[in-house]
Amino acid sequence: MIKLGVVYLLVGVMFGAFAVLSALDGKNPKRFGNAAFWGLVAVSFLAGDRLGDLGNGLLVVGLAVIAGLGLLGRGQPKTTSPEQRRALAERFGERLFAPALTLPLVLMVGLFLLKPLHIDGQPLFDPKQATLISLALAVICAVAVALVLLRQPLISPFQEGRRLMDIVGWAALLPQTLAALGAVFALAGVGKVIGDLVTAWLPMDTRAAAVAVYCLGMAGFTMIMGNAFAAFPVLTVGVGLPILIKRFGGDPAAVAAIGMLSGFCGTLMTPLAANFNLVPPALLELRDRYAVIKAQAPTALFLLIVNMVLMYVLAFR
Amino acid sequence: MLTLLGVAVVVLGFAARFNPLLVVVVAAMVTGLAAGLAPLQVLAALGKGFNDNRLVTVALLVYPVVGVAERAGLQERARMLIGRLKGVSLAPLLIAYLGFRQITAALGLVSIAGQAQTIRPLVAPMAEGALEARSGELTEEARQAVRAQAAATDNIGLFFGEDIFLAIGSILLMVGVLAEEGIVLDPLQLSVWAIPSAVAAFVIHGARLVLFERRLRRKAAEPET
Repeated sequence: MIKLGVVYLLVGVMFGAFAVLSALDGKNPKRFGNAAFWGLVAVSFLAGDRLGDLGNGLLVVGLAVIAGLGLLGRGQPKTTSPEQRRALAERFGERLFAPALTLPLVLMVGLFLLKPLHIDGQPLFDPKQATLISLALAVICAVAVALVLLRQPLISPFQEGRRLMDIVGWAALLPQTLAALGAVFALAGVGKVIGDLVTAWLPMDTRAAAVAVYCLGMAGFTMIMGNAFAAFPVLTVGVGLPILIKRFGGDPAAVAAIGMLSGFCGTLMTPLAANFNLVPPALLELRDRYAVIKAQAPTALFLLIVNMVLMYVLAFR
Repeated sequence: MLTLLGVAVVVLGFAARFNPLLVVVVAAMVTGLAAGLAPLQVLAALGKGFNDNRLVTVALLVYPVVGVAERAGLQERARMLIGRLKGVSLAPLLIAYLGFRQITAALGLVSIAGQAQTIRPLVAPMAEGALEARSGELTEEARQAVRAQAAATDNIGLFFGEDIFLAIGSILLMVGVLAEEGIVLDPLQLSVWAIPSAVAAFVIHGARLVLFERRLRRKAAEPET
């Protein structure tokens, strides 16, 4: 059975290559900072299970210190110039889309054809991790297609991957670090404290007020915790279930589903949802770190109001 | 109440634009200490959480694919393609992508598109190209706004599509939480309730995209002052 460990090995090798190539990059004045940062990530993926919890904790502190002291620069791998790229785009034509299309294609083959396969009674893929395993397989295939069809040098996946990685920089590790903070929050019982505050202090005498508290609470709590999953159990057990479902007789499915989507409105407005809101501005080389959140906020606020109305109308019939 | 100090650290740290990685580590320390843990215990809890959540970072595997394709001219090709489709302007392009993302996510195909795979190499250059075809050379400000809007469209499409799919984490979480409270639901019952919000998201964001394009084109048409 292919497990997540194989995927981690691949990710570790990729970051290891980024680290080595960063150290050799004479054009980056901060090359050793980059090498150390990506090197630590490589260690985490290759040997994280052997470091122990404290070892991993120190690794996180190492990453934060390198990033916080501004020791990360932007590598300058040799790449093609804009003029060359325009010429290549003319020459290769629609073939250029092949690698980008290979990704979803192989991903679907993995999910629909390979995932159900069994060898000697054992599933081929670890069923819980089939998406990530398929993604790794798709990446390998797409890189191969790109190298052959677009005649790119063998080192280019690592050099070009490093180019993008350096553009994103420390933000790339923020989602995982925030997930770790979520674990500490859970250990300290942060969710419970906030849930108690909400239920103790907010008025919920009418159905409309209770709907508003639940939906706004899901959005606000999601903004604080960075994802709706942390908010949902707290607010549903604290507000949704006793007040909306039991006291006012709401349909549990509608209350829960629309409540979760109210939380998603919060996800669109918080920097703590880093992989959606902070990594893209880095990847797109935007000057304002919060540009994507600002672009999303009006839609999110409108939708939040719509969700409250939908719950009020649909959940109580 | 002291437990909430860590939350305050996060809010203030992000608002003051300190390095977020550093803010997170400090917030974890403050939260753990306030909850009565020893410093090394907090560090270990943070480390365990980091190691357990490595799968969050696996998606970065697509960077080499995107990078190699960019090296061979993918962004330029995407721009040429949209230049030839004269009928397609910015708003219809992004609205079509929004619909595509919502429908595929609703079918469970969450990873076939995304910020690294589709927005940076394909959708953002196409969106810039679509506007350029009508308004001429873009100002840097307009270029940045278009890119941010392309990224926003991907997120909104994903969030308000994926919850229609039965086997997604959020649906399973809802089933689990309610089951513990004695309410047994079928995932299907939950996922149908995601459809009205999905339609609303499409309509609201679609309308905003139309207004967004109109505003950018009006600005481009104004004589420079």
